[in-house]
Amino acid sequence: MKEEIIIAGFGGQGVLSMGKILAYSGLMDDKEVTWMPSYGPEQRGGTANVTVILSDEKISSPVLDRYDVVIALNQQSLDKFAPKVKEGGMLIYDTNGIHKHPERKDIKVYPIDAMEATLELGNSKAYNMVVMGALLEAMEYKLPMENVIKGLKKSLPERHHKLIPLNQQAIEKGRALI
Amino acid sequence: MEINEIIREENKVYSKPELLDEVHMHYCPGCSHGVVHKLVSEVIAEMGITDKTVGVSPVGCAVFAYNYIDVDWVEAAHGRAPAVATALNRLWPENVVFTYQGDGDMSAIGTAETIHAANRGENIVMIFVNNAIYGMTGGQMAPTTLVGQKTATTPYGRRVDLNGHPLEITNLMAILDGTCYVTRQSVHTPAAVRKTKACLKKAFENAIAKKGTSVVEIVATCNSGWKLSPAKANKWMEENMFPKYPLGDLKNV
Amino acid sequence: MKEEVRLMKGNEAIAHAAVRYGCDGYFGYPITPQSEVLETLEELMPWETTGMVVLQAESEVAAINMVYGGAASGKAVMTSSSSPGVSLKQEGISYIAAASLPALILNVMRGGPGLGTIQPSQADYFQAVKGGGHGDYHLIVLAPSTVQEMVDFVGLGFDLAFKYRNPSMILADGIVGQMMEKVVLPEQRPRRTDEEVRKQCPWAADGRKDGRKRNVITSLELESSRMEVINHELQARYREIEKNETRWEEIGVEDADYLLIAFGSIARICAKAQEMAAEKGIKVGIVRPITLWPFPTDAIRKAAEGKKGILVVELNAGQMIEDVRLAVHDSLPVEHFGRMGGIIPSPDEVLEALEQKIINK
Repeated sequence: MKEEIIIAGFGGQGVLSMGKILAYSGLMDDKEVTWMPSYGPEQRGGTANVTVILSDEKISSPVLDRYDVVIALNQQSLDKFAPKVKEGGMLIYDTNGIHKHPERKDIKVYPIDAMEATLELGNSKAYNMVVMGALLEAMEYKLPMENVIKGLKKSLPERHHKLIPLNQQAIEKGRALI
Repeated sequence: MEINEIIREENKVYSKPELLDEVHMHYCPGCSHGVVHKLVSEVIAEMGITDKTVGVSPVGCAVFAYNYIDVDWVEAAHGRAPAVATALNRLWPENVVFTYQGDGDMSAIGTAETIHAANRGENIVMIFVNNAIYGMTGGQMAPTTLVGQKTATTPYGRRVDLNGHPLEITNLMAILDGTCYVTRQSVHTPAAVRKTKACLKKAFENAIAKKGTSVVEIVATCNSGWKLSPAKANKWMEENMFPKYPLGDLKNV
Repeated sequence: MKEEVRLMKGNEAIAHAAVRYGCDGYFGYPITPQSEVLETLEELMPWETTGMVVLQAESEVAAINMVYGGAASGKAVMTSSSSPGVSLKQEGISYIAAASLPALILNVMRGGPGLGTIQPSQADYFQAVKGGGHGDYHLIVLAPSTVQEMVDFVGLGFDLAFKYRNPSMILADGIVGQMMEKVVLPEQRPRRTDEEVRKQCPWAADGRKDGRKRNVITSLELESSRMEVINHELQARYREIEKNETRWEEIGVEDADYLLIAFGSIARICAKAQEMAAEKGIKVGIVRPITLWPFPTDAIRKAAEGKKGILVVELNAGQMIEDVRLAVHDSLPVEHFGRMGGIIPSPDEVLEALEQKIINK
């Protein structure tokens, strides 16, 4: 098992923390994990991205050219990373504000309306967990929910543990989008 | 009378401090450092803290202080003695740590370390020998060089428009909350020597009591650098240095 | 504290490792991208648990001189900084090396010269392995490629520093500092007691107990004949370190036609390029120097035997390549591929460079 994932969007969308929760969940599932925040010129202009690798084996490069899974949360990220999905790989993107949709036929494409789903939950901070839910549902590697909960507990400070049920709800909401 | 009849315990009026080594000092005849070394040695021995005292020597004339006073020493890079002393004391809080610095070390290249160690209130003693000139490197201007004073780098006398004002670093130290005791003394007369010894003792006591940073400035002569005889240097110091650097306690909490 | 599996950034891991390896004191000054080391230590408050001293100094200069003072008293002390700050520390590092003191210095390199960028770089290779400060001296330089190695090298760095009474440096890049990985934190190694420090470091300036001879820590010796002897002693120690402590890693070197040589996290990007090359039928081996000083000269010479060419990949304009060329002389083509200014090459770019500069040349 090896999943090479990039999550890309605007700063403030919870991209880095979603990556962290995903990495922690993988760790709780006994995987090797690497979390690499965006570096280089792509950081300019308020975009943020994070590469997360989950693997049974020791992980080589934390920096990648192509990904098993790309999650794009704005147009800029979609344009940049959609071509970098491996053949047979997967692209998940939020349709909000997207005017130019991807045209690739050699990959699985999941357009989702994560913003709408988040608004239904009534807490905009749960946005990244809705996206996370979609990822967990779509991804070939089935990360057990109990380990995701453990990952949430590990990556959230104690004072935010009361938000775990909300996060769980958001993840379920996201799963339903796939 | 035979010499052996004179050398007797009951005739003894003075003896070399036990911590002062039986070696020739490299200091020039008439230099104040020898007297200050003697006082530091006496105070440490009398307080019974030889086994827990660590000195930090500077770059400057006193760089070799470790060759004369029989305690553990660390020789610091130029100006860094207070940083070195900070770690020595924080890592061994029961030890008594002092720096021995000149005007260049203390108030030019090491100003940041001096001010910040004092501002943190490190429980150390800073002994500051101010002779208004760089002795070791051959008599160049110090921050404390007086206006009009001739040095190798102010051959026509220090000019405020070119070289700025003499720096009263000790006055700066006195206003910091971290210092508990700041005093300015000299060692040019027997009375002054006795007074300075008492001040050094107080400073070491403060360090043991963890009261904060103690600073003992000693206004001193550099007759070689000043190009005066020792006696004339003392007179020049009284007439010129003391008005700018008046003796006495600046702070005693 | 028991052994523990965590997910953390390299910089945070360094702080945890310092506490767990029984470090006595950390002295630092904030600079991006390594400020998390000091921040994490302040958060951990080790003075409440192990008794470790943590102090934010007024400058990098003060911090390294605090390390000099602490090391002079036999304690296990460290500092960390990033490139511009490490430049400021060079005077102190020279004194620490000259006075034969054990200490640990971490440099999380950022792009220079000057104030440069806060993004990752490996442009301080020369500074770390060729001296940096004044005079003939060497640091033991360890280059971590994973967060786990960041942790392990704190222990190794201190062990080597005390074994040889010589400062060690962990030369990390911003990637391994900022990246989060799974890491196994070691069980708490107790700090040495004062008695143990005195026993291990009878040379230390810690107060002359029991009437022993005084200890003086100094790097000054104005008598030339004696200063030359001191230099010879240092050099003899460096030869000993070269003999015993050279470390490197090889991946798929034996069957390879070409070699990629890289240190730190860049070696991992090369490992990915190696996988991609294998898919195209190109046989590539990797040599990763772990100690940059002592440099694995013999290992590289041996690995290069029968190969068609070497590409040295670095985040700089070509620094380690000089040592690689010295190792192999002119026996095969050795070319350089480097990115600068904080840009990280992708595995694709590395493979492309290998093809252009070596294979198709």
